[in-house]
Amino acid sequence: MSARTGSTDSMGTLRRGLQLSPELRRGLAGTLALAVGSTAGRLVVPVAIQQIIDTGLFAPSGVDTGRVIQLVLGALVVVALAAVCSSFMAVRLAVVTETALSSLRVRTFRHIHDLSTLHLAEQHRGALVSRVTADIDQISQFMQWAGVSLIVNAAQLVLATVVMAFYSVPLTLVVLGVFLPLVFLLRRFQRRLASKYDLVRERVGRMLAVISESVVGAEVVRAYGLGQRTEHRMGQAVERHFEASYSAAKISVLMSSAGELFAGFATAAVLAVGVWLGLAGRLAGAGEPWLGSLIAFLFLINLFVAPAHLAVEVLDQAQAAIAGWRRVLGLLDTPPDVADPGAAGAPLPEGPLEVEVDHVSFRYPRQVVHRDTSAASHGRAGAAAVTLVLREDEQGAWALRDVDARIAAGSRIAVVGETGSGKTTFAKLLVRLMDPTAGEIRIGGVPTSRIRFADYRGRVVTVPQDGFLFDMSVADNVRQGRPSLSDDEVRSVFAELGLANWLSTLTRSVQTMVGERGGALSSGERQLVALARAYVANPDLLVLDEATSAVDPATEVRIQQALDRVAEGRTSITIAHRLSTAETADEILVFDRGRLAQRGRHAELVDAEGPYARLHAGWTRKLDAA
Amino acid sequence: MSSLGTDADDPRIVRRGLAVLRRAIRERPRAFAVALAGATLYAAATVGSSLVLGAITDRVIVPAAETGATTVAAVTAGALVVVGMALAKVLGILGRRLGAYHMQRRLEADYRLRVTQRYTRLPLAWHRQHPTGVLLANANADIESAFSSIAPLPLSAGVLVLLGIAAVVLVAIDGWLALVALLCAPLIALVNMRFNAHVRRPATAAQQARGDVSAVAHESFEGGLVVKTLGREDAETERFTVRSEGLRDELIEVGRVRAVFDPMLESLPTLAVLALLVTGAFRLQAGAVTSGDLIVVTYLFGLLTMPLRVIGYLLGDLPRSVVGWDRVQRVLDADTEMATGETILRASGPAEVATRNLDFAHADGERILHDVSLGVRPGTVTALVGPTGSGKSTLAALLVRLADPSAGGVELDGVDLRELAALQPSAHTAIVFQDTFLFDDSVRENLTLGEPRSDAEIHAACELAQVGDVIAALPDGLETSLGEGGTSLSGGQRQRLALARALLRRPRLLILDDATSSVDPAVEARILDGLREANLPATVIVIAYRRATIGLADEILVVERGRVIGRGTHEELLARLDVYAELITAYEATAA
Repeated sequence: MSARTGSTDSMGTLRRGLQLSPELRRGLAGTLALAVGSTAGRLVVPVAIQQIIDTGLFAPSGVDTGRVIQLVLGALVVVALAAVCSSFMAVRLAVVTETALSSLRVRTFRHIHDLSTLHLAEQHRGALVSRVTADIDQISQFMQWAGVSLIVNAAQLVLATVVMAFYSVPLTLVVLGVFLPLVFLLRRFQRRLASKYDLVRERVGRMLAVISESVVGAEVVRAYGLGQRTEHRMGQAVERHFEASYSAAKISVLMSSAGELFAGFATAAVLAVGVWLGLAGRLAGAGEPWLGSLIAFLFLINLFVAPAHLAVEVLDQAQAAIAGWRRVLGLLDTPPDVADPGAAGAPLPEGPLEVEVDHVSFRYPRQVVHRDTSAASHGRAGAAAVTLVLREDEQGAWALRDVDARIAAGSRIAVVGETGSGKTTFAKLLVRLMDPTAGEIRIGGVPTSRIRFADYRGRVVTVPQDGFLFDMSVADNVRQGRPSLSDDEVRSVFAELGLANWLSTLTRSVQTMVGERGGALSSGERQLVALARAYVANPDLLVLDEATSAVDPATEVRIQQALDRVAEGRTSITIAHRLSTAETADEILVFDRGRLAQRGRHAELVDAEGPYARLHAGWTRKLDAA
Repeated sequence: MSSLGTDADDPRIVRRGLAVLRRAIRERPRAFAVALAGATLYAAATVGSSLVLGAITDRVIVPAAETGATTVAAVTAGALVVVGMALAKVLGILGRRLGAYHMQRRLEADYRLRVTQRYTRLPLAWHRQHPTGVLLANANADIESAFSSIAPLPLSAGVLVLLGIAAVVLVAIDGWLALVALLCAPLIALVNMRFNAHVRRPATAAQQARGDVSAVAHESFEGGLVVKTLGREDAETERFTVRSEGLRDELIEVGRVRAVFDPMLESLPTLAVLALLVTGAFRLQAGAVTSGDLIVVTYLFGLLTMPLRVIGYLLGDLPRSVVGWDRVQRVLDADTEMATGETILRASGPAEVATRNLDFAHADGERILHDVSLGVRPGTVTALVGPTGSGKSTLAALLVRLADPSAGGVELDGVDLRELAALQPSAHTAIVFQDTFLFDDSVRENLTLGEPRSDAEIHAACELAQVGDVIAALPDGLETSLGEGGTSLSGGQRQRLALARALLRRPRLLILDDATSSVDPAVEARILDGLREANLPATVIVIAYRRATIGLADEILVVERGRVIGRGTHEELLARLDVYAELITAYEATAA
């Protein structure tokens, strides 16, 4: 298996995984005792059969029905007790495991939120979701199913060997001798199977990509006449997936039939050697009946096949669980790169906030997508095994270089620049979604890293470009900014923003459900709700990112007016995409390739040589130029 | 997971599930025959191996134990027969499982192809009526569900054979023993069915809860920025905890049901063996059976227990099969693709486009376009201007036959689009959408879409779309792979790539449907300059809100509520059409 990094590493992960959830150890001793008890039920049958045959059916005095009934009743009691043990064990395991894993799930979820937004980048979101779902499910399956089988089958193997040795040591050695090669064989098969499953997973990925091409890309496929090409690609992807999964199936079928074959060998060997031993008087005392012992052996052989098989399967699941644990641990081990100073922090002054940007530089750490193939087992389709690794040592290009500016409290600032000029990075640093690589930003005289989160989040609020809404009502979304608001208060907030008319166009006013990602509203309407949400948070520093995507002019006007009202009486910094915003700002910061290239009022900049004049020319292209 | 919202106890579900299986057998009869033969061989060998054991007991072991002697030949023969039986079983397993696996995977592959083929052929209107998630599931998870019951099918059929042979053997040996054995078999099946019935509710609920957990996590991470900047981490954690604990409770419930039934199912066969031994003791005493017979019966029953559970699995899988099958069938039964004609356009150079009395309504009756008649002269640039939802995008889609009008028609070079041969519209036109779909492939493949294009052509198109620098900066240039797990591009970069893709096809009609909305105004200005200077041999139609984009046009069509309410140059419209003046001066109004 390609990504198996050695069993010591796996054991280390397993140990740390178990340490992570101390709840898992609760009542473990009792559970183990119950496991041993439940195994007794499987062993009682061969022993009872031996006793019944030798002392009941072939007793020297002929068939002894009383003895048979006595033995059967005894066996019944043991079987029933074993079943009860097994039942209690299963319940205990389910409760302990699921409780522990639910708390692990919640902890992981919280940790993801504590990490900076670099980790929440769109392309990795699916992987993060699988951290709290699929990965933990894998651990759960292992703990409940494989964990039980591991315990029960290990006990079964040991106890069966003991019972066999009690009947006959030589015959036991014969059985062990036959099964030993099977274990090696299964291990080899298992390794080959793992690499086949790697291939299957890769091809499933390709197949799913092509399937999504025919659905998500339907418009392009149609408009560009790509139907045949897509069908051809689909045919190929499906065929290659079929080949890979069928060739994996062949190995897995060989594995399962190998057990049957070896059980046959063992039975034949036991018969031959057993008769010879019996005749030599070495299977029971000289002259005593040995038929029962021999038959008991034949039943005991079947107890050997199951554990050999399950051991392989359990190993498989263990690897999946360990891979899951490793990914969860990898995430939990990532320290939040933007830490809350907590009690050590300094308070922010009251009122509108001044912002000092002191020689700030920033570059993004290079994001490395690491495809983890250690979850090879089971070839489960699409189980996204992608881990995001932020490598600090491999830095990307500078997004911001030596930006130095002072923004007076209460002023309205517009930030402009081409794509990639660093203006969005600048906004993220202001609300401390990340920390500068060099330099410092001070808000109200306090360095951002020393502002307590509780203060920060209340006083400095950003309205991102795409106003993300939760799948709740309009009112609930606004309440994210201030949870204590009543519906009526939310309504008056919209009125204050001049949006009462718009609100009346919604079917259920503030009770209107906005749908997944706010999909029931238009993108302009989503922005209005996001604005109201920021407004009720009543921040003293507002960082706005204007939307670039087009909305119709009527909505445009509404958004602009609402923005103006929200910005009133606070320090506001707007990433401006619209000429009008820049024109009316108290000051414009012009970014160009990561540097603060120009600053000043519109009137000063528009005629000066520099990037602003170029941007302005692009915006105001005269209509008659066509 | 046995079912989702379908009652497995409903006899109709079982009947319909069996119908799905019959259909599967008809489509892949040979694989099924192999699997069935394997299962039968396995059944015969299983009964055979216990008969052999009985015979060996009676003819070799018992005489040996009594007389104290046996021949090497007899023992060797016995051992060889046992190995032979094991080999027969192995053959049976191979045939059964490989046959079943082949059948199942082959059917999945066949149906995946059929379903996706429908996707590429069904009209876009059909696509719009179905959520993306559902369509993706139809082609993947639902197909897997539909054929999930094939895996236990041959073994179940084999078990019936096994039971038949076993019953005959048992009756032949002794009536009483047969009675005890045959009473136990249905009991095991019954308990198994009860188990399936009990576990269904919590298992379904757990599946639902798992979806909830995943949905909340997804939404919460997606809104991570909002959560962080508003300091909502605690509230979100609380929301997630509620879902996570819901899932925990359902999973514990599933565990409890299993804890009751699993030990029962495991000890029932043991109890049956014990019952057989007691009965056997009396029959042996009565001289009705031999010790070998008793061994046969006991051993046989020990081997029967696992297969007996399989029928339970099969019945448990049927409802899931039916649900999956129905979903897949909905796609396959969807009525068909748009009809095409036979005309092939020979013209080159800019295309002439015209519509006459075009009406368009959605399937739900909502009317989008009313009586739109327009002509666009070859080689001109026309802008479609109007408020959101006025019907501009629908009109654009009709012009390249992504949909057919409810009434009226669209003509390309004077030929109605419906008379054109398949693939003709896409050979002459290209449309670029606001949302850009990128294929899970290299940049080059995303640009050429599989057609042979020289690097020079590619570079020229990329320069025109202002995406050349972007591609040059990618780690592997044109060969950089995009899509899932590949390099990700910003919205503006994707739009520029899509524009280059369209230009590379040298369309005679190029439609830009708000295709530069995410591109920076300055970059957009360069693109527009380039397009104008390149003097494309194409008729161009742009849908846009930005003044600069509209400024590119020779003529402007103003669309409102599905009607063309004005056409002319910018100056003409500004002077005589208030709606247009309002639209176009909106930016200035907000600046004031």
